[in-house]
Amino acid sequence: MMRSFIADLHVHSVLSPCGDLLMTPQNIINRSLELGLDMIAITDHNSAENIGVALELAKDTPLTIIPGMEVETVEEIHLICLFDTLDQVLLWQEKVYNSLPDFKNNEEIFGPQLLTDQSDEYMDRVDKLLLTATSLSINDVIKEVRSIGGIAIPSHVDKPNYSIISNLGFIPPDLDAAIFEISSKAKISKVIDKFNTIDNYSFISNSDAHYLQDIKRSMKLYMKAPKVKEVELALKGVNGRNAEIM
Amino acid sequence: MMKIKELVDRLNLEVVVEGNLEVEVTGGYASDLLSNVMARSSAGDLWLTIQGHQNIVAIAQLIELSGILVTENFSIDDDTVKKAKELGINILRSKLDTYELAGRLYQLGIE
Repeated sequence: MMRSFIADLHVHSVLSPCGDLLMTPQNIINRSLELGLDMIAITDHNSAENIGVALELAKDTPLTIIPGMEVETVEEIHLICLFDTLDQVLLWQEKVYNSLPDFKNNEEIFGPQLLTDQSDEYMDRVDKLLLTATSLSINDVIKEVRSIGGIAIPSHVDKPNYSIISNLGFIPPDLDAAIFEISSKAKISKVIDKFNTIDNYSFISNSDAHYLQDIKRSMKLYMKAPKVKEVELALKGVNGRNAEIM
Repeated sequence: MMKIKELVDRLNLEVVVEGNLEVEVTGGYASDLLSNVMARSSAGDLWLTIQGHQNIVAIAQLIELSGILVTENFSIDDDTVKKAKELGINILRSKLDTYELAGRLYQLGIE
């Protein structure tokens, strides 16, 4: 049976160096429940190390957490990668970690990359610099994520930085991605007017929250279950499913 | 070697953020991919780019670049200017493109 799910599928935690210190998994869950969200994706830069604890903390709540990551390609394009299970995202993380350069994070410049425990206390930090490009191409990312069973969605395509349109000029016609994200403040009709090569695609809009107050009811997805495959079908409007930017 | 302020005069550069114009420019690097600059540029380099995102300031501080030269009059985000002021990072700008500016810097002996 189909029903509506209110979603925000692009949220950063304290693991993202640019994420606010209040973006702990428990705070994100509390805020999402307060807003009446049914599903959120936690998508930290090039890492998924806070997903395990977030899944545990959300276990007995009505909120579904989608294990995710925002990866940066060699072309400096950001993509949101969404999966159904912790194992899948950790498998992907292994691939991403092996593709990151060997820099240490400098907290003063980039910000801390914090991990939290079950009591929502800071427990550890990731030493590796996460806020940089991997050596994976955009095509590598799309292919690999799909082979693990997830979907990869180019992030905020209307933005001047870290977006496929800014960095590659236009969306390559042979790119195997059917869904694109527009930033939360963008108007879909204006985005299509401006980048007229993208009118055959489906669009998702998310908060890209780095602060608790940015998390929002971003999408209304009419589908069978809070699963990644269903999200994809809803965005494409398959068999009575649909998706609406709120 | 040459001080930044001398380059400002010689190439008629706009000073967007004045960090310390007395600093010596020991070399140059030109690229718009931030990860590439982070991996390949050296301390003392003047960095030529069209990027105006605030991450350019983080990179300039991390590598200890002598300054950032934004080419072709590309726009620079307000956050970038604010952050550069806080950290004392020189940001210059020119209407010339990267190719031409790099050539002129070479002619001035910045290699």
